Amino acid sequence: MYTEKVMDHFENPRNVGEIENPDGVGQVGNPTCGDIMKIYLKVNDDNVIEDVKFKTFGCGAAIATSSMVTEMVKGKTLDEALKISNKAVADALGGLPPKKMHCSNLAADALQAAIEDYMSKKGKK
Amino acid sequence: MRKVYFDHSATTPVRPEVVDEVCTSLKENFGNPTSLHYFGRQVRKDVEAAREKVAAAIGAIPNEIVFTSGGTESDNMAIHGVAMSNKNKGNHIITSAVEHHAVMNTVKALGKEGFTITILPVDKYGMVSVNDVVAAITDKTILITIMHANNEVGTIMPIQEIAKLAYARGIFMHTDAVQSFGKIPVNVNELGVDLLTISAHKIYGPKGVGALYIRKGTRWKQSLFHGGAQERLRRAGTENVPGITGLGKAAELAMADLPKETEYLKTLRDRLIRQVTTKIDRVKLTGHPDKRLPNHASFTFEFIEGESMLLSLDMKGIAASSGSACTSGSLEPSHVLLAMGIPHEIAHGSIRITLGRDNTMEDIDYFLEVMPPIVDRLRAMSPLDQETEFASNGGCDACKSSGSCKS
Ligand SMILES: Cc1ncc(COP(=O)(O)O)c(C=O)c1O
Ligand code: FES
Repeated sequence: MYTEKVMDHFENPRNVGEIENPDGVGQVGNPTCGDIMKIYLKVNDDNVIEDVKFKTFGCGAAIATSSMVTEMVKGKTLDEALKISNKAVADALGGLPPKKMHCSNLAADALQAAIEDYMSKKGKK
Repeated sequence: MRKVYFDHSATTPVRPEVVDEVCTSLKENFGNPTSLHYFGRQVRKDVEAAREKVAAAIGAIPNEIVFTSGGTESDNMAIHGVAMSNKNKGNHIITSAVEHHAVMNTVKALGKEGFTITILPVDKYGMVSVNDVVAAITDKTILITIMHANNEVGTIMPIQEIAKLAYARGIFMHTDAVQSFGKIPVNVNELGVDLLTISAHKIYGPKGVGALYIRKGTRWKQSLFHGGAQERLRRAGTENVPGITGLGKAAELAMADLPKETEYLKTLRDRLIRQVTTKIDRVKLTGHPDKRLPNHASFTFEFIEGESMLLSLDMKGIAASSGSACTSGSLEPSHVLLAMGIPHEIAHGSIRITLGRDNTMEDIDYFLEVMPPIVDRLRAMSPLDQETEFASNGGCDACKSSGSCKS
């Protein structure tokens, strides 16, 4: 039911883990099925995402989309990162089964939350 | 790669002897059992021989067996038929919160047609309390339908005691024995039930065929299928002859092997349960520790989600199943685990290992070798705070049952 790409990212997820003293952290829960994802960001002075890590409690699709989204945003500016849609993540994985499309929301939402966290921290400084 | 099938509650491989029986039926005896001529008469003999085998396996008389398209149809037919035939007596039906959807949704559908439904809670082991049944019975109760053994957690229900109560009050008793048949003794007279469901593909027979036992004298009428007079007006439609002969053979073989197989499966199961719960942290057995099917082990692993465990196991050639929301299709965790008071996030980490006659101790050892690193890997990926999250609330507060567990 999953593409090879999905299975590859599930089996060898990129960027798993945490960042110490991150510039931004976002955690979201999946309202559909109760899964949880957390993204950590390291952002440099040019607003470029230098490093990104994730942790996910969820299905294979949730883990694979988490992994894929971190790969897609690394080295991107925040503006570019914010433009990445759920669909783009799913497409990059060669598609997800219809029942699993909602899992890709988790990744994009967590990324957005992490960027917002960074913005608000920066704003306060 | 080693392939290990640990999902026998979902379905079983068809035994070679059963395959032979089905093939003979397909190749050589194509007649319609209703036909008067030679071709029909030959096939009639096969169907009746199968009926005798199924009847013998559950202590029934052949006339009390009706062949169906499987467990789902038998459940629907049993419940709906009793409800429709006893409407003048009452409109109350009692069932449990952990039934298979084939029972649960049938009962709920009747709830929309003017019947009153009581769905009994279960204790933390998934067990219905006999006292709750007593308390639920009213003058209007016409049917109690409670499964013999649960498919998700393997718990064996006190059917004998419940059926006794039902009998004393003139209430019909149905039990879904799809999971218990072939694994523990199932005898309609010892259980004291009026209707009982079995399915062939759970006992190494073909899919799409099953039977409903209907005790002689039970006020029951076919109320769902309209058509010909097959199965003595109890189930219209030309018989699934190859399936029926396959079911007959599978039932016969299951009975012959039962005592030996039960012991064998128990040995495998007990080692699996003991080792998993000692080798891996924060794992719980779900279902009853003793009153459970001999081939059934089910667990919850904290901090990880079931589907990701299944995928990881599948990559190692091991086939299992889960009650997690992500695997359910409906994205709700198993209603069985929730009814047992298991919180959502824990139910999310459930897996079920159901053993069969072809499994070996080496299969168990292979699982025990493969599983701990999978758990470690997925836990390392989990954002849940493994120190503070899920502070155990699996105790008596979470349990929705009244009576039976005072431990
Ligand atoms: C307890 C129980 N009842 C009924 C069924 C349905 O049987 P069938 O697949 O033959 O329709 C199953 C099978 O999943 C089951 O486990
Ligand atoms: S995260 Fe639950 S189904 Fe994907």
